[in-house]
Amino acid sequence: MAEFTLPANSIVKQGQLFKAAEGVTNIKRFIVYRYDPATGENPHTDTYEVDMDSCGPMVLDGLLKIKDEMDSSLSLRRSCREGICGSCSMNIDGSNTLACTQSIGTIKGDVKVYPLPHQPVVKDLVSDLTNFYAQYASVEPWMKTDTATPPDRERLQSREDREKLDGLYECILCACCSTSCPSYWWNSDRYLGPAALLNAYRWIVDSRDEATGERLDELEDPFKLYRCHTIMNCTKVCPKGLNPAKAIAATKKLMVQRKI
Amino acid sequence: MSNSNLPVSPHLQIYRLPLTALLSITHRLTGIFLALGSVLLIWILAAAAQGAEAYAALIPHFQAWYGQIFLLGFLFSLYLHFCNGIRHLFWDVGYGFELETVDLTAKIAIAVALVLTVATWLTGGAG
Repeated sequence: MAEFTLPANSIVKQGQLFKAAEGVTNIKRFIVYRYDPATGENPHTDTYEVDMDSCGPMVLDGLLKIKDEMDSSLSLRRSCREGICGSCSMNIDGSNTLACTQSIGTIKGDVKVYPLPHQPVVKDLVSDLTNFYAQYASVEPWMKTDTATPPDRERLQSREDREKLDGLYECILCACCSTSCPSYWWNSDRYLGPAALLNAYRWIVDSRDEATGERLDELEDPFKLYRCHTIMNCTKVCPKGLNPAKAIAATKKLMVQRKI
Repeated sequence: MSNSNLPVSPHLQIYRLPLTALLSITHRLTGIFLALGSVLLIWILAAAAQGAEAYAALIPHFQAWYGQIFLLGFLFSLYLHFCNGIRHLFWDVGYGFELETVDLTAKIAIAVALVLTVATWLTGGAG
């Protein structure tokens, strides 16, 4: 059953203010979710006054500046800083995105930074994505075949068939989409969520894959696939511009088509 | 989940739901309201079937402020649910998933529902 409120141990308290140095005039305030498992206390938000005259343009630049110069205890995941690794996914200004591709300049008012919504928090902006990865693994994201591989060449695919994978294979598994989905918030134990379903479809439409029927059988379930109600949050937030909602609809359509 | 002792990150509390999501939850709420409201409509039908007196006894209730609010709410719910339902039909056959399209059709559904509600209210003699 869906729980719309936060449990007692998750309610966010007010934290402290980290003021900018004397003489700094160009200030942007970052309000950042903090949780330290070592203290056993509830999460809170700390406010940091960041000097924008010496800060890079992206939210990740701001967060790393905070970590380097104001508060080294801040924890976050990041790696490539160019939107290809998917590590720095978080909720910024009320919407999920990658901190490295979200510019500070386009955010009106304070920059509010939270971990990906409705996930267990390990520390600060680091959430536990074990369930998310397990769901990805459950769609068996690899090519499955019955026929023998041709001895003298790869399994070939026409140009048209290859184009069917465009908009699907680019997923970087940042979890922005799944954790933006209210259906996923309430039913992440049984609903696979947009990321896993987009990846399921990526193999369902692959002309070289020979397990299409079994893949559809696996999704024929009241929860795994059909908890998608076309809320569209997934497509709105995808930092790679993919359309999980469309892939899910295409999967639902195949479910009907194979019966008639 | 193994980490049940860890806090859950905020969700509804902090998420800025886009128009499409707001319309989605409104679609569900209007659906519930229509289901409950149709019980009242059955009440009207049952009264009419009983005879003129039973029906006449109902009229003041629907002319009272609470009856009017209910009728107006029911009418708007009906049209919004209907218009948004057409969006869902297009989605079911795989059309209308582009970002510009979902925003445009959301606005159209709301606008058409408002226009139909006002038009029915003014011409239908409900008031």
